[in-house]
Amino acid sequence: MRVGLFVPCYVDQMFPDVAMAALEILERQAGVGVEIEVEAPSGQTCCGQPLYNAGQWEAARPLARRHLRVFEHCDYVVSPSGSCVAMVRHHYDKLLPDELGPQSVARRTYELCEFLTDVLQVERVAGAFPHRVGLHASCHSLRTLRLAPASERRTPPEQDRVARLLRGIDGLQLVEGARADECCGFGGVFAVEEEAVSVAMGRDRVAAHESAGAEILTSVDMSCLAHLDGLIRRDGGPIQVMHVAQILAGRSPGPR
Amino acid sequence: MTHPQRAAEFLRDPARAAWHDGALWFIREKRDAASLQVEEWEELRALAAAIKAHTLDGLAGYLEQFERNARALGAAVHWARDAREHNEIVHGLLREAGVTRVVKSKSMLTEECGLNPFLARHGIEVTDTDLGERIVQLRGEPPSHIVLPAIHLKKEEVGELFAERLGTEPGLSDPTRLTEAARHSLRERFLAAQAGITGVNFAVAETGGITVCTNEGNADLGASLPPLHIACMGIEKVIPRVADLGVFLRLLARSATGQAITAYTSHFQGPRPDGALHIVLVDNGRSTIAADRTHARSLACIRCGACMNTCPVYRRTGGYSYAATIPGPIGSILEPLRDPERHGSLPFACSLCGSCRDVCPVKIDLDDQLLALRATVADPRSAKTRAMRGLAWVLSDPVRLERAGALGRSLLRLLPGVVAQGRFNAWARNRDLPDPPPKSFRQLHAERQRTGGAP
Repeated sequence: MRVGLFVPCYVDQMFPDVAMAALEILERQAGVGVEIEVEAPSGQTCCGQPLYNAGQWEAARPLARRHLRVFEHCDYVVSPSGSCVAMVRHHYDKLLPDELGPQSVARRTYELCEFLTDVLQVERVAGAFPHRVGLHASCHSLRTLRLAPASERRTPPEQDRVARLLRGIDGLQLVEGARADECCGFGGVFAVEEEAVSVAMGRDRVAAHESAGAEILTSVDMSCLAHLDGLIRRDGGPIQVMHVAQILAGRSPGPR
Repeated sequence: MTHPQRAAEFLRDPARAAWHDGALWFIREKRDAASLQVEEWEELRALAAAIKAHTLDGLAGYLEQFERNARALGAAVHWARDAREHNEIVHGLLREAGVTRVVKSKSMLTEECGLNPFLARHGIEVTDTDLGERIVQLRGEPPSHIVLPAIHLKKEEVGELFAERLGTEPGLSDPTRLTEAARHSLRERFLAAQAGITGVNFAVAETGGITVCTNEGNADLGASLPPLHIACMGIEKVIPRVADLGVFLRLLARSATGQAITAYTSHFQGPRPDGALHIVLVDNGRSTIAADRTHARSLACIRCGACMNTCPVYRRTGGYSYAATIPGPIGSILEPLRDPERHGSLPFACSLCGSCRDVCPVKIDLDDQLLALRATVADPRSAKTRAMRGLAWVLSDPVRLERAGALGRSLLRLLPGVVAQGRFNAWARNRDLPDPPPKSFRQLHAERQRTGGAP
């Protein structure tokens, strides 16, 4: 299968190791018997989410069309971001009504962990990470992609795909704080337009993970983590953030 | 003033904001526990959403059926196009009956229409009889929440208010004794009232009956003691059948407060034998929303307030930060739909977490509607729009994206202070900016391709 690595624009420019880690994880699957060819098309830019969420749908449309074109030839598109995948899979239909057929690549777009567990049926990613880890359930991965059960719903216990992969890592101990799936307050434009609320929400999340004893805070969304990391570093907290892909790819926490 | 400004104001007292957040989260947890007890909770939600969608599709027919059956039961039915007509109809009925003292149970519709000040201007004294509403009425404030109107106040503040207005002993903050004092003073009002106004939770088309849910029994007293009962309802409150009540009543109180059912669920089938019942059906913009494909579903709202209790923004900024009759997620849809000019910042007062959509008992797609509204209210000439178009131009080409990214990384590396002071100021006021990496992924990837794999 031909897999296109969909690299969110801000990850490309500010957090390149997250995309590199995702690429390595996907490539390693070829080594364990999966017919997989991974590419990262250089023509990709941005899925359009920052504009779409800001209400600038006219400006977002050409970006969405471009994104679909760039990945059209792929069997699957995989991204280390729940939020950007939610944009493509859930919101493109609203942004481009009647333009997406049932075969559209938007419907073959997966978040990295979801692709590993649901498409490749990966049970376990080998590795060691001897740390206490807090998992920030990003809202789009939770309440749009449904990668894990949300606390609001009374649903049969769906598996928590991300936690399952993390638990498979040797030595990794997941710790959970209060209000485990409350929003961190990033929210794209919200983080700057509603700065006061965004910061208050983020500080509450950081405090919950701190009191749960997390050393590392991880998530499938680097945007949430960048916001939380900015707060942690400003406030001098002990927690470090790492994207899930970095942990699954075998990276160690950097020096503090 | 915009929502962010009022929100920042509220958050200037972090201890109080945390207290407010905790009080509402407690109710969210009660709601979770109550819904967990119902095995078929998700089926109930789906059913409720389907009944509402069906009803809204045939709204005119169901309203006419309701009107016929309510009249057959002996009620008078009035139609009001807007808030002004509603207020005039109610005032006309009161004037005709020579009423000067009215008791009113909770009704967000009469808040929406501004009925209290309207009647006051015409010399009619209205007493709100819901405890929370009475508290905010005595303070001269609007409700800050649609189910818990005084949730923004601490019991000590209620004690101070009652000491001043009801003559309770100063320093009293025991909720039971404060409630007792309020009941006492309200009892006199009930006995002296010449008319009672109530809201309506559900109007059943097939019977012409109306259902009113309260926890204090105040609607029942108000509707039963005085001879004149006026029930005011938005046209979206109609449901087809009595059987449908079973679906909504199981969802309403559990979603609102985590109770299995409200303490009083009263069904009025026409007027009492020696009294009169007038039902006022109010449009006030609802039929316009019903005709709007994107937003029609917002009319399914049964006003349980669950979206407010779960909203991480509402909990931390308080109901008044929305400066609207209905605050929180559902208010951020309904209010800008009515007045986009005035409430234009509300669709942006949302981190798009989707929790409201998942607690909503009638499955309104609140976050998607807020997103759609952002596109509607965006001002094409604003500086923000121009900046966004510039961003779109950069993002529409990989070379431009790379150049802009490289520039940004260099600036962050060389002049972090300038960047933090400049346009990313709102980000950097309380957050450190990320350390810029030397190279982008696309650079690293290209190098990796050239060297044949290894990073």
